[in-house]
Amino acid sequence: MSSIVNILLQGVLLGALYALFAMGQSLVFGVMRLTNTAHGDFIVLLVFVLFVLTNLAHMPLWAAVPMLIGIAFCAGYALQYTVLNRVSGRDPLPSLVVTFGLSIVIQNVLQEVFSADPRALATGGFESMSISLPGGIALGLLPILTLAVTVAATLGLQWLFGRTPLGRVFRATSDDREIVQLMGVSPRRTFALAMGIAFVLIALAATLYAMRTAVSPSDGPALLLYAFEAVIIGGMGSFWGTFLGGIALGVAQQIGFYIDPGWGIWLGHVLFLALLTIRPQGLLPKTA
Amino acid sequence: MSVILEARGLTAFYGDFQALFGIDVTVERGEVIALIGSNGAGKSTFLKALAGLLPAPAEQIIYKGEAVGGAAAARIVGAGIALVPEGRRLFASLSVEENLLLGAYSARPGRWTLDTVYALFPILKERRHHLATALSGGQQQMVALGRALMSNPDLLMCDELSLGLAPVVVREIYAALPSIVAGGMSAIIVEQDVQLARRVSKRFYCFQEGRVSLAGASAEVSDEAIALAYFGAMS
Repeated sequence: MSSIVNILLQGVLLGALYALFAMGQSLVFGVMRLTNTAHGDFIVLLVFVLFVLTNLAHMPLWAAVPMLIGIAFCAGYALQYTVLNRVSGRDPLPSLVVTFGLSIVIQNVLQEVFSADPRALATGGFESMSISLPGGIALGLLPILTLAVTVAATLGLQWLFGRTPLGRVFRATSDDREIVQLMGVSPRRTFALAMGIAFVLIALAATLYAMRTAVSPSDGPALLLYAFEAVIIGGMGSFWGTFLGGIALGVAQQIGFYIDPGWGIWLGHVLFLALLTIRPQGLLPKTA
Repeated sequence: MSVILEARGLTAFYGDFQALFGIDVTVERGEVIALIGSNGAGKSTFLKALAGLLPAPAEQIIYKGEAVGGAAAARIVGAGIALVPEGRRLFASLSVEENLLLGAYSARPGRWTLDTVYALFPILKERRHHLATALSGGQQQMVALGRALMSNPDLLMCDELSLGLAPVVVREIYAALPSIVAGGMSAIIVEQDVQLARRVSKRFYCFQEGRVSLAGASAEVSDEAIALAYFGAMS
């Protein structure tokens, strides 16, 4: 009994990280129907930026993370405004090709500069701290922090989209990018702002991911796959859906790991394929 | 009276296809004009070019003495030209009230606020929390009109308010027009129903195949002359 509870709890905690990976992807897809195949590589890129800030510039983590978030917002805004806006049209193919190209460029530049070695972020032992629950269950503090950040990000996005003037502009631009101009909205700037916010989410994910494990320049595509699966399992363009999608993926992997250590990742993919067959619209299709 | 908007030999293209061949239209301050003509005559294209949704040479559109042809649509609405687009085009994931609030995005001051739009169309206040697309066609048209008014335009352009609506609903919507323009707003009304268009306007322009085929005072020109301009010369 306690092992089932343990699997579920560990699965939820793992899934929270996947959900956080996916949140930026969900936002970008929701606002501008852009499929960003470089999403995973952006996570890895920001991990290395954080690594530069802490290990080369010797900034303490509490100062480096806000700085990373600032850099990420500006980078996302600039990337969308100068590059991706040119390919964010009705046709999905140009943006796929451009982000696929960016993915290759990022991986190779990172390998050139940092070599292929995995890098870990020093957290002073925080990543191995845990609290003990009855029944021999131990929950890591870092995964709990990750879950808290993911829930906060989901709530924050839901509030931003549902309750604020900016969210109104995001939704309207997603509905009809031609007519929204008649209201005085510039879709180019709206898209850039959305990508800036997506990059803030990527920065949060990158920080928590780098605290958890060592990261190498070629890890991006695997992260992209988890993010994609979480978004699609959850239902495109709904943040609570994406949250649930990530959790479902994490729990499925954890069950797999319990059955056989080689089965974890595989069982996650099986869940994804099964859901795609049974419920292609996802767990929570777009409501907001 | 002074001129608020002037189109001088306006040309417009969809890719290689030329849709407008030198349109001359003048609108004075506080004046309502009507554009009539058959489907494909270029009326909607003309409004889109004025609204900044289609490229146009700068000097072919003069608004308040300034050449604004080809300016970004977001800038045009800030300068005081609002378009109620053909087919309403409400934002499907926004409520009635959110649609109206988005209309006020350009933050132009003026008499139109949520309160005054609700006073004009009380039914919208009742349904303000519904999704805009859950409303009846006539109510949706009220939202589209209210959304345009929320930008407090000096020139309001309405593209076929009557499209797909029952005659009684059309009458109800056009009944609101006099009180809308009472504050000195100018308006360009595109309408399929020629008699209705002439009733609500001071002057009219008849479009045919991307050119103005007839222009005149709405109350004076004969039905025969309009029929000829509308359909072209009978062979």
